[in-house]
Amino acid sequence: MTTESLTRRFQDKIDQELKIEPKDWMPDAYRKTLIRQISQHAHSEVVGMLPEGNWITRAPSLRRKVALLAKVQDEAGHGLYLYSACETLGIRRETLIEELLSGKAKYSSIFNYPTLTWADIGAIGWLVDGAAIMNQVPLCRCSYGPYARAMVRVCKEESFHQRQGFEILLTLCQGAADQKAMAQDALDRWWWPSLMMFGPSDKDSIHTAQSMRWKIKRFTNDELRQKFIDMTVPQAEVLGLTIPDPELQWDEASGHYHSGPIDWEEFGQVLRGNGPCNAERLEARQRAHQEGTWVREAAQAYAAKQIEESKKVG
Amino acid sequence: MTSTWQPLDHFLLMRGDDCLVLGHRLSEWCGHGPVLEQDMALTNIALDLIGQARLYYQYAGARLGQTEDQLAYLRTERNYFNAWLVEQPNGDFAHTIVRQFYYDWYENALLEVLEGSADEHLAAIAAKSRKEARYHRQFSSEWVIRLGDGTEESHQRMQVALNRLLPYVRELFENQPRHQMLIADGILSDVNGLWEGTEKEMKAVITEATLSFPVAAALPARGRDGLHTEHLGYLLTELQYMQRTYPGLTW
Ligand SMILES: [Fe+2]
Ligand SMILES: [Fe+2]
Repeated sequence: MTTESLTRRFQDKIDQELKIEPKDWMPDAYRKTLIRQISQHAHSEVVGMLPEGNWITRAPSLRRKVALLAKVQDEAGHGLYLYSACETLGIRRETLIEELLSGKAKYSSIFNYPTLTWADIGAIGWLVDGAAIMNQVPLCRCSYGPYARAMVRVCKEESFHQRQGFEILLTLCQGAADQKAMAQDALDRWWWPSLMMFGPSDKDSIHTAQSMRWKIKRFTNDELRQKFIDMTVPQAEVLGLTIPDPELQWDEASGHYHSGPIDWEEFGQVLRGNGPCNAERLEARQRAHQEGTWVREAAQAYAAKQIEESKKVG
Repeated sequence: MTSTWQPLDHFLLMRGDDCLVLGHRLSEWCGHGPVLEQDMALTNIALDLIGQARLYYQYAGARLGQTEDQLAYLRTERNYFNAWLVEQPNGDFAHTIVRQFYYDWYENALLEVLEGSADEHLAAIAAKSRKEARYHRQFSSEWVIRLGDGTEESHQRMQVALNRLLPYVRELFENQPRHQMLIADGILSDVNGLWEGTEKEMKAVITEATLSFPVAAALPARGRDGLHTEHLGYLLTELQYMQRTYPGLTW
């Protein structure tokens, strides 16, 4: 069959909402796009463990400590599912991790911001996991089967994380003045970076059109960002917190909130490696990897010996 | 400096503190493990241990009219009764595994007898914790073997860790004079008597790992009296930061 007819059959399948599976023929560009997106997603889960991990040893109660520890562990699990999904495209996890550690692969810029107070743990759960859900729920219908299925598992846990984050903030907002101020400060710092999680605005997004044709993406960046704002503003009202956007107001005509302009200069800076924690995050991953080298080698050597042994016995 | 605790309360705090301090140490690995799977495994053990700590604190708290958080976050070093072993820093993965291995064998031996405690509540905590403890012991023993019998480097690192940490182990198996009555009442049993059998079992694993069981004198550890190494102060500073900074608030 010619590439042309294969491509047509492939696109037909997608148009009929059928899933593409690892053994199916797929265009190179589709495979590359998925590898880039899924690995970036996996790296984000793993690097995302760091800012929240920063508060595990200082969590304010045993209940919160256990919940945060379990949450960060969930993110490690998400990283694992996603690396596995990515491996079905014919690339090894080791290679993907090398790309992260060398700085070649990207991860979500949101994790280059620091967690300065306990309220940041609430804000991350509420806003960052909240934004992640907005992005990921449509991915449960992604045309690539393994990615879609990984997302179904991930989304269940993310919505739990979001509720947990909101509940942390609600406790603060119902508490002492210091606690409420801590919550407001966290919202002030995390609001705009959370909106940037949806990526560049549609007119500047280079991948969107093709990804929509391939049904990897179902909504544009701006559509998802708007959905997120519409969902989050009423929740901020419940908390009694003020969203740090003076232009924010309900627009009767469109049925959406109108919001002010995003500082894309800041977005670009963080993306280029000049965010507050880019170097630290990468170094932490590099250190863990490097210090773990002897452990991984020993585990491999031991496994190899076991195989040898079983051959002798067998 | 130290408060006078009833023997049973002291024992419950001692057990809770062992679990919390070790769980806290393991939680420091979260996000920094040698490979994602082991990062998650260490976190699992940390979660189990902190969960167990809560059971002891809740029981002690009910007796003392305090919450689990008051007990965990407002006691000072001199009223923390964990053993020295569990407060030792993580070191490399070998030290973390060996610390876990020694602790797991102790905990399993202890829980086995506590399951038969005349104190029903304590017996129930022991029964619930024991399933988890068995899994922890299996995990750490497998890693002792894997790393001992892995590469030359891993073998060496494991032997260093075994030697370094063994002197802390005997403290775990010392009977406390203040627990005499508990032993007489069948609430607790003679922990000293658990050493011989446990040592033999640990030796078997270490031998399988092609490592040698260290010969080392025990340290004059007195964690059970609230006398610690310098490490615990820093650990508690971090653990208790929020509760100390914002007294009396709900989080
Ligand atoms: Fe996640
Ligand atoms: Fe999450």
